Order: sequence, then structure tokens, then C-alpha cells
Amino acid sequence: MGRLSVSLCGIELTNPIIPASGTFGYGHEFSQFYDLDLLGSFSMKGTTLHPRFGNPTPRIAEAPAGMLNAVGLQNPGVDAVIAEELPRLKKVFHKPVMANVSGFSVEEYTQVCARFDAEPQVGWLEVNISCPNVHGGGMSFGTDPKAAAEVTRAVKAVTAKPVIVKLSPNVTDIVSIAKACEDAGADGLSLINTLLSLRIDLKTRRPILANTTGGLSGPAIFPLALRMVWQVSQAVKIPVIGLGGISSAEDAAEMMLAGATAVQVGAANLRDPFACPKIIEALPAVLDRMGAETIREIIGGAHG
Amino acid sequence: MKQSAFTLIENEALTARFSLLRLKGDCSAIECPGQFVSLSLPGFFLRRPFSVCDWDEQSFSLIVEEAGKGTALLRRLQPGTELDVLTGLGKGFDLVKSGDAPLLIGGGSGVSPLLGLAKGLLAQGASPRVILGFPSREDLILLDEFFRLGLAPTVTTDDGSFGIRGRVTDAMDLPHSFFYACGPAPMLRAVCEASPVSGEVSLDARMGCGFGACMGCTIQTVNGPRRVCKDGPVFGKEELRWAD
Repeated sequence: MGRLSVSLCGIELTNPIIPASGTFGYGHEFSQFYDLDLLGSFSMKGTTLHPRFGNPTPRIAEAPAGMLNAVGLQNPGVDAVIAEELPRLKKVFHKPVMANVSGFSVEEYTQVCARFDAEPQVGWLEVNISCPNVHGGGMSFGTDPKAAAEVTRAVKAVTAKPVIVKLSPNVTDIVSIAKACEDAGADGLSLINTLLSLRIDLKTRRPILANTTGGLSGPAIFPLALRMVWQVSQAVKIPVIGLGGISSAEDAAEMMLAGATAVQVGAANLRDPFACPKIIEALPAVLDRMGAETIREIIGGAHG
Repeated sequence: MKQSAFTLIENEALTARFSLLRLKGDCSAIECPGQFVSLSLPGFFLRRPFSVCDWDEQSFSLIVEEAGKGTALLRRLQPGTELDVLTGLGKGFDLVKSGDAPLLIGGGSGVSPLLGLAKGLLAQGASPRVILGFPSREDLILLDEFFRLGLAPTVTTDDGSFGIRGRVTDAMDLPHSFFYACGPAPMLRAVCEASPVSGEVSLDARMGCGFGACMGCTIQTVNGPRRVCKDGPVFGKEELRWAD
């Protein structure tokens, strides 16, 4: 294993940097900017059973050290992703990709997961029970331990691939949800999704986003994400992917010290399309300064 | 698309709301008029997208309309300031479709990309005619630049303080082979409805990334969902479905 490589649910990543779902499309745009094989992997745009237009615009608002989005799971549906996006991706990305799955019922989650289970390009299923921007689905599964466990169990029954459950920070006790997912058979967890937020336009005196609320991401949420990863990684035995506001190699190392086996980079990709290759390039020097031989040895290092 | 450092070399207030900025750097990624650039501003997370007004190999100009804190900061930046810029974003105007007598219609800051477009059309031997609309005489921008190209734009103002009183559509009875328009959405819709021929319009949108990744600026078209930043900002008249 190389200096930066880590193992995530039995699959080796050459480095722990994974662009987060919703900030990287299906890889096509970024494949025109750099070689996607530089990445550990990436998590595809959240995919549902049927095509979705998403929310009305405006879907984006600025925030101090971050941004709000209320895209609302725009995606072409799982059949189009398998028929069009995966074949196109195969030409430019030669590693296992993470399929991010969303749904409005347990059955929808299992149907989408079953479809992706048959795709050799897909390494992991990332089950998103934490989207704050859709109604009657998404986050409502991620704010209740019983519902989170039910989705996890149902998905596990239809796939042999590792199931990573993506958790919402919009809860009182994220540890209880994390444990419920672990007990229901989750192979890993990713946290955190965005924080339910609001901006108001002084001129119109109305919310900026057409959806009223949106999910906050970016450096503003990094310390909060770090705290949650710290708590959850101590409470569970399965690997945790840390995300939320990571925008530098130092942030990535800090997140891994808190207990993350790998990290996802989200909003930073939107601000700087070359954010991920820059982070990967800077990681060895960060390890040098930390006196660490490999990145694996810093995982959970802050827990003493 | 290219990410590179640009230096602000000119920042001139044209009116109370508009400034003309010129930035120096590598413009090799800018392919055609109607494309845009996205500037990273100190203290702001999201970039700010602007249509390219005019460009050569070493610099481009853009019109900044003050709309919020980011654009207010940009208007105050001192020449010499270095900015991180993404250039060559989006799909611009298709000059091949122009015919011999294209009509260019701009409203407010939307006149900006029409200057580069007019240059391109003149270079290919077309004879463009130009209509520019503003609220009032004090809001006029870039008029001299069009005259310098040998074009004499028809100007409309809402209050009649300069040129024709009324909207750009009140001056559109000129015969034309094709039209190109940029301006506020209600104006674009009116232009599309008023012209008997085909045309292209450049849309404005609140964007996240500016290069097609975040789905922040999606619109519904007759061909399905399209991203203003990547599939546009220029769209054919026939593609658009105007929301009510």
C-alpha cells in the first residue's frame, strides 16, 4: 500500500480524497479539467428511481465561509445513469465509484440499490438518508433511528456491495442514528450532509432560495462536522467517511485524526474545480510535518 | 475552461450602478462572444460570473452592475489587485447563424456581451444593427464603443430622456435575418415574441459553480432540464420555455 492509500470497506483507495455527492455530477465535467484517476474515488450525484427536475431556482445562496443549496436531487433517474453516465464514466475513470442513492420510500431505495448492485463499476452504495431539500423523503429517514435502520436493513438485503449510510447533522443525537445503522448492517457511514439553513434578501424581504430553506456547506460547517465525526467514530466499529467543509490537505488530516478513514470534499469543488488534486498533492507534505509515515497511522489519532 | 491569475488593470465607474473592469492575463480559453468568466473575490465563498464584454489575447473587459456586497466590492477594487479567474465558461453565441443582417438587442448590463459579438460579426462580413435599452439617459453604457466600431445603435429609454421613449421592442421593426439578445428575462421574452425570425438569447442566473457540476442554475427547456452555466448561457429562441 502506498503512503496515502487507505482501505474503505475492503476496497483499497490510492488516497482518501473523494469528491462528495452533488458537487461532482457524474464526473463528466471534471474529467475535462483533470485525470479523475488521481482521486481515491468519487461519489456520484444523488440518484433516484425516477428522473427529477429538482426545486425551482434560485437554488444557491452565499453564506459566510460557505453556501446554501436547495437543488432538490435533480438527476436523470437510475436507468439513465446506468445507460448513459456509467458507460461515459468508464472511459475516463478506472476505479470503483460510489453510487449515491436517494429515495422517498424504503422500496425506492431498494430498487435503486438493486439496479446499482448489478453494475461492476460501482464499488460502494452510499445511501443518502439526509437530503434536507426534498419533502417526504431524504432527511426524514435520517432523523429517526428506527427509520434509518429500516432503510439500511432493506438495502443490505438487495446488495452484496458495501453499504455506506450518509447521515444528517440535523438531529439531536447523531450517535444514536449511527449506531442504529451499524446494528442494521451498514458497512460504513459518511457524515455530515448539509445543515438546514436560511438566507433572506433585504430588498425583497423574502427568502433568497425558492425552496425557502437550503443546506449549508463549506468551511463554515467544518468544526461541527469534525465534532460529529469524532463522536460517531468512537461509538461505532465500522469505518466513517468524514465530510463537511474540507478545503485543504490540513483539513483532511484533521478530519482523519478525528477518526475518519477517508474524507469527502464537497463545496470546495464548486469554488475551485481543482480543489481535490491540489489537496492530494499537498497531503505528503502535511504528513511530513506531522512526522507520519503513512496516512493510515493518523486515522483516529486524536482519540489518544 | 482555464483557471488562472488575472490582474485588474482598469476599474472605471461608468454610471451610478455600472463599472467597466479590465483584467490582464491569459485569455486563451475564451473562444467566442457570449461566454463568461467567474471571479473569486476576497472574503466571499462563491465566485461571481460575468459575461465577457470584449477581449484580446492579453486582457478582457466586463461590465459589473452593483447588485449586492460582492459586486459592490468588485467596483471598489484598486487596479493592481490580483484575482483568481475561471475563463472560457459556457456556450456563447453562434455567429454562423447570423445571416447578412443580424439584429443585436441589449438591455442594461446585457449590452455587455453584444460588443464582442458585434466585433465578431463585423469581422465575418455581416452588417449588424444594434438596439440598446436603458431606464434613463444616466444609465447609458458602451454607446461610444459601438460607435467606434462604425455602428450607430438605436437607443431606447423607459423615460424618453434619450433616444426613443419606450422598450427595445418598440424599435424592433427593422428587418433582420437573425437576432441576438441579452438583458433582463422579461425583455428577452418580449424580444423572442416580437421577432418573426429565429434568434439566440443569453440568460442570467444565480450560479453555484459556473461549470456544470452543482445543478444550481437549471432551467426547464423544450429539450428537458438544462444548466444555464454549461448548456448556456446562450440558448436558441425555440429551446426556451418561459415560466409564468
